[in-house]
Amino acid sequence: MKPTDRRSFMKGSAAVAAGLTFPGWGARVARAQAKDPIKVGFLTPLTGAYAAEAADQQTGATLAVEEINARGGLLGRKVDLLVRDDQLKPGVGAQKAKELIESEKVQFMAGGFSAAVQMAVNEQTKKAKVIYVSTGQSNEITAMPDWSPYTFHEAINPFISAHAAGTWAANNLGKRFYVLAADYAYGHQLLDGFTRVAKATGGTMVGSANHPIGTGDYSAFFPRIQAAKPEVLVLANFGKDQLNSVKQAHSFGLKQQMKVFCPILLGTMRREGGPDIFEGVYGSTTFYWELAEKLPSARRFVDAYQKRFTRLPFDYAGYAYSGVRLMLEAAERAKSLEPDKVAAALGGHAYEHYKGKQWIRKCDHQSFQDVYIIRSRTAKEQRGESGIFDIVARVEASESLERSCKDLGHA
Amino acid sequence: MVGSVAAWVRRRPVASFFAFFLIFPFLVPYKALATQVLIYGLFALGFNLLYGYAGLLSFGHAAYFGLGAYGTGVVLARLHWESVWASLAVGLALAAAGGALIGYFCLRRRGIYFAMLSLAFAQLLYFVGFQLTGLTGGDDGLRGIPVLAVGLGALSISLDSPITFYYFALAVVGVAVAGLKRILDSPFGAVLQAIRENSGRATACGYDINRVKLLSFVFSGAFAGLAGGLNALYLRIVPIDILYWTTSGQVVMMALLGGAGTFFGPFVGAGVFLILEDVLSLFTERWQLVIGAVFVAFVLFMPRGIWGTLLERLPVPRSEAKEE
Amino acid sequence: MTLDLLLTTLSAQLFTGLVLGTIYVLLALGLSLIFGLLTVVNFSHGSLYMLGAYLGFSVLSLTGNFWLALLAAPVMLAFLGLVVERSLIRPLYGRSIDDPLLLTFGLSLILIEAARLIWGKLGLTFDPPAALAGSVNLGFIYFPSYRLFVICVTAVVVIALALFLGRTDLGLIVRAGTRDPLMVRALGIDLNRVWLLVFGIGCGLAGLAGVLAAPMRGVYAEMGVTVIIESFVVVVVGGMGSLAGAVVAGLLMGEVVSLTTLVAPKMADIVVFIVMAVVLMVRPSGFFGEAGLME
Repeated sequence: MKPTDRRSFMKGSAAVAAGLTFPGWGARVARAQAKDPIKVGFLTPLTGAYAAEAADQQTGATLAVEEINARGGLLGRKVDLLVRDDQLKPGVGAQKAKELIESEKVQFMAGGFSAAVQMAVNEQTKKAKVIYVSTGQSNEITAMPDWSPYTFHEAINPFISAHAAGTWAANNLGKRFYVLAADYAYGHQLLDGFTRVAKATGGTMVGSANHPIGTGDYSAFFPRIQAAKPEVLVLANFGKDQLNSVKQAHSFGLKQQMKVFCPILLGTMRREGGPDIFEGVYGSTTFYWELAEKLPSARRFVDAYQKRFTRLPFDYAGYAYSGVRLMLEAAERAKSLEPDKVAAALGGHAYEHYKGKQWIRKCDHQSFQDVYIIRSRTAKEQRGESGIFDIVARVEASESLERSCKDLGHA
Repeated sequence: MVGSVAAWVRRRPVASFFAFFLIFPFLVPYKALATQVLIYGLFALGFNLLYGYAGLLSFGHAAYFGLGAYGTGVVLARLHWESVWASLAVGLALAAAGGALIGYFCLRRRGIYFAMLSLAFAQLLYFVGFQLTGLTGGDDGLRGIPVLAVGLGALSISLDSPITFYYFALAVVGVAVAGLKRILDSPFGAVLQAIRENSGRATACGYDINRVKLLSFVFSGAFAGLAGGLNALYLRIVPIDILYWTTSGQVVMMALLGGAGTFFGPFVGAGVFLILEDVLSLFTERWQLVIGAVFVAFVLFMPRGIWGTLLERLPVPRSEAKEE
Repeated sequence: MTLDLLLTTLSAQLFTGLVLGTIYVLLALGLSLIFGLLTVVNFSHGSLYMLGAYLGFSVLSLTGNFWLALLAAPVMLAFLGLVVERSLIRPLYGRSIDDPLLLTFGLSLILIEAARLIWGKLGLTFDPPAALAGSVNLGFIYFPSYRLFVICVTAVVVIALALFLGRTDLGLIVRAGTRDPLMVRALGIDLNRVWLLVFGIGCGLAGLAGVLAAPMRGVYAEMGVTVIIESFVVVVVGGMGSLAGAVVAGLLMGEVVSLTTLVAPKMADIVVFIVMAVVLMVRPSGFFGEAGLME
């Protein structure tokens, strides 16, 4: 375990031990000493299907906190990262958020992987007026009624993903789409996005199908997909679902007849599946470590991460790193920890943490950023264990790829 | 000394409940955890009524917890009702109705078939809740449950702070616990336990056991639904996995861990499970391994559950052999 | 859709349903055996399936031989089953029926986390052997050879099991023990050994299902969690303790899920429960279950 986490775990355990042995401990004495560490709560699904991605989130956040501590801390105080396991369940996320807010009295909150957990955490942070930067895909968190002045979104969302990736796919891979979508909010939102893109680019949706999340066997969908004769099969699902559908599409020979496109293609899944299964598959991502070859900010981040964790950063490590940096540096600029002042310092802020220019739109606190189109490398082309993608194109950050402020319910 | 405390606890379970839980928030690391223990304890209490007392193992108890939560949540978040009591009442009523309906179908079968049918109905509810995104929020969950003040006659008590919410929950759960005591002490309660012991004989004595079982389903659902409603107020969201079989599994584990068929077992089980999970996850990512090992150890060495085993070990005065 | 296309799609769907069904059959057989004889609700069955996949992967990595992995996984799981039965399950006989349920649930948590500890958080890819990697032209669809292989293996296993139970002395004892354990004991037969064997076979079947499913579905720690509930449903539909029921129900469920995916994909997850509810309403003990068993 990383030192910061061990410290926070030790703090947590000390608190627990105290609580269990001293009945009067619950009446906490308010300590207003200015030199106390600043606490950042961080929620991520450390146990469960996305444990690998959660570990990436944790390391990214840890790096950001360590960097600021190396500079002397925030406003002269050390920053502590308190990591909690949300188990990918919104109820648990809400419970841990409560613990962090009420017991640990965190001044900042970040994290979240699934949309549902992010929104559950957001319900707690917005009431307590704690700045929350969420670091996973979610369409709703920047929209009313979920949004609050203290809610910020570092990651992009299915709408942006579908538009950025879908437009490229329509212009480069083919105009006849078949979308196989996971049957929950995320999949529906991607499907909706692709439908719009198809219309806008003069393409055709030759068909679509929903599969329940966690489907193990996709073979039942293939006959009708083949019958529809699409040029591009869009896999609007995530993580293990996507891996299984790609793998089975591969073994059924679908790739001979159509291109497979994954709007959100995770590095972890590509590594798990291997080059053969993903051969010829295109997708999009918001970060891939080889950006370091072109962008100085990426170089800096990748080197620092690699030095600290002896491995390369993938997808969610970047989101977490940038999200935590965002909040803490805003507090630095505002010279205050007060949520209103920090929020004011965040709205409209432009920055470049690890991958080129990003900015926070004022009305909805969405972070706009470049999206990269990637192609999975074949076994021959792959460079080592981590050189798994070719960056094929860059879709420049643009507010036109997202819904308007008005559409999201903001004034 | 221990014996006389034990005797007092046995004689006055409701008072003991209040005595312990009044100071409970100060024994745990943070207040919200204490509230969670109360809520899940009540949920397990409802399950235990059906399982421990009537002898009916339900694998689908998440249905009532969920119905209560969504009932309360929807009237507050979607219909914008202003009364906390009314919203809890709706949740409870919805869950009780669910208990009646699902119980009616499930009671046609027995044993493992009964259990699997109850699971099927709960999964069906999950599916329906998942699809009705307009009403329930689907897999994103129902958000936007407001934190209203509780009206008590002329008083209006804000539920903003964790400690006031805890005592509000304690009041509600306490009333439910008192209600359970009344049920168990009543003739109905006696018949219920008679059915668990020997349903053939109970029938021979002329009791309409199907009606008694159905009624126990309704009560069980009501308790679980009330817990669900409290959960909605507490989390201010209702997540869809509240209806999933893992939630049903959790409450079974809690009840068995504490001691099925005992009065306090459900709260002991809920408390141990939740506190253990909370504390362990601070120390290690492998906490599920430890919890699994704990279960295995409990089953092997403490088969009557924690409270059940405790009751067995304590000296029982000859005049009071009543199971608590 | 033209008629031609409809028939093609339908036949393809029926075939994939068959493959889906075979995994259900293997799992349900193991569960039903354990349940029928020991009246143990083995909640760790899904985790055993998962371990079969992981162990098969490890054997494959070490030896490079798929056939060895295919053989080794069920054997290793059977052995694990023997250990588990002896040390954890046996002390519970004669006690309440929920004790094995709670214990095997705890066991499954341990096994899942142990798998993560040993093999890491990232899942693993299990490649089918080169001989089975291609597709076969069945006329209406190009079907992966590996899946046909799975169907064949399952058929062989089912026949072998049927022969074992129907034609051997040991099989006779197992069947008798399901019907009347008291009598079997009265005849002087050591049922403990039989139970040990049956638990081992049940776990071995789970392991086989896992290693067979691995090339199709991948290997990851949570792979048993969804599968366990579906397997229970299949066992109940077939009838607790009935092996013929496990086979029939398994294949039926495979087809039902596959066809539902064609017609109403959203319902693919829930349809198994609906079928179970309907079956139980009509036949209280499933297709071939014995009345009075487990009630």
